Amino acid sequence: MSGEYADWLVSGVITTLEISALSLLLAMLLGTIVAVMRMTKFKPLEWVGLAFTEFFRNTPLLVQIYFWYYGSNQVLPEAVNKWLYAHDFEFAAGVIALTVYTAAFIAEEIRSGIYSIPKNQLEASRAGGLSFIQAYRYVILPQAFRIIIPPLISQSLNLIKNSSLVMVIGVMDIFYMARQIESYSFHGFEAFTVATLIYLSISLVVSLCINLYNKHFLRQISY
Amino acid sequence: MRFDPVIKNFDYFLWGAFPEGPLGGLAMTILLAAVSIFLAFWVGLVFGLMRNSKNRIVRYVAMVYIEVVRGTPLLLLIFWFYFLAPVIVGYSVPELQTTVVALVVFTGAYIAEIVRAGILALPKGQMEAARGSGLSHIQAMRFVILPQSLRNMIPSFVNQFVSLTKDTSLASTIGVLELTRCAEQVSNRTLTAPMEIYLTILVMYFLICYVLTSYSRKLEKQLSRYQARDR
Repeated sequence: MSGEYADWLVSGVITTLEISALSLLLAMLLGTIVAVMRMTKFKPLEWVGLAFTEFFRNTPLLVQIYFWYYGSNQVLPEAVNKWLYAHDFEFAAGVIALTVYTAAFIAEEIRSGIYSIPKNQLEASRAGGLSFIQAYRYVILPQAFRIIIPPLISQSLNLIKNSSLVMVIGVMDIFYMARQIESYSFHGFEAFTVATLIYLSISLVVSLCINLYNKHFLRQISY
Repeated sequence: MRFDPVIKNFDYFLWGAFPEGPLGGLAMTILLAAVSIFLAFWVGLVFGLMRNSKNRIVRYVAMVYIEVVRGTPLLLLIFWFYFLAPVIVGYSVPELQTTVVALVVFTGAYIAEIVRAGILALPKGQMEAARGSGLSHIQAMRFVILPQSLRNMIPSFVNQFVSLTKDTSLASTIGVLELTRCAEQVSNRTLTAPMEIYLTILVMYFLICYVLTSYSRKLEKQLSRYQARDR
């Protein structure tokens, strides 16, 4: 395990981290938007948000990846297709699939985090003279964030693990590289061990962070 | 939208080539998930109890199993078993068996966490009262703690079953003929309507998983009324 093969694995790790980071960022944005849609009092928006979270949470990510990868060119205009094929279409399809899938979970975490703050907090701050936006800005959201952060961290961990699925459409991530080493050199055992250790160390570090966070911050919340 | 390839092959999506050929499609997906959740329940129960054990070695063994499996992507685990099984057993193992073992090992770790949390969630007084009235530790577990905590865990088990149903789609990567693999085959054969085909099986997965998710939500509401609580 040296030289060229090690380089392959390193480039795989970089691809995995890239696709995960990009998808996480976009999923946070999309997830927040969907969560807000679900909490508005405007029915059609609520339904769209509900349909989005329920559909994407209850279908396999692998099929979603296939759907975006093989299906999107029928819907998109010709010019966009040409541009996508000229660039890294596999990567783009992977990012879209991971973003949409993760956003559905993140939206649920955000919504349930905000709903877990007792209603009288809002009523009390309104009665104390704060506007609706001020009440959210200074009372509800600061408390909700502390509750939302640990599940969000574990969602990002899931995202990193889920990103291994994009190798089925040919994104060259850790796992893709491990399989490539396996087929070039028959050292599949070593390659898979290294790939597993990389995933394991990422998730152990992240779950350590969650535990530390829970110990130090979560007990400050009381109501 | 061209849905005729979907309509023509719909029975293939549902049960593969079944009466003439091997079982496949949605029927295989459900069968895989049902067999795996049944076996994973027992694996998870054992490791969940081990995780709560007073013996440090037993506890560490369970902890290592749970953490390692939960930190590894399922796809990697499936390929591990796919490549390792022939080495360990000495002859080639069919993909279906490999997949079931991988799914059981994977889901077992998550169920172990559910079991552990479920037992810890029960008020301490239950165990103390059971021990105080003369039951041994094992009897107290068997007759007082587990019946109550397992009932409270039912919604989590249903949710785990939903994830497992979604996870069976990964078996298509090593060639098990379940719903996703059938869709791939039809899509590769017809070449004209990948979007319609994948959309159809997305909806098929969604219907099953959504029904189960709604059921688990309903159960959760019903069960929360009968829960033993601390005073």
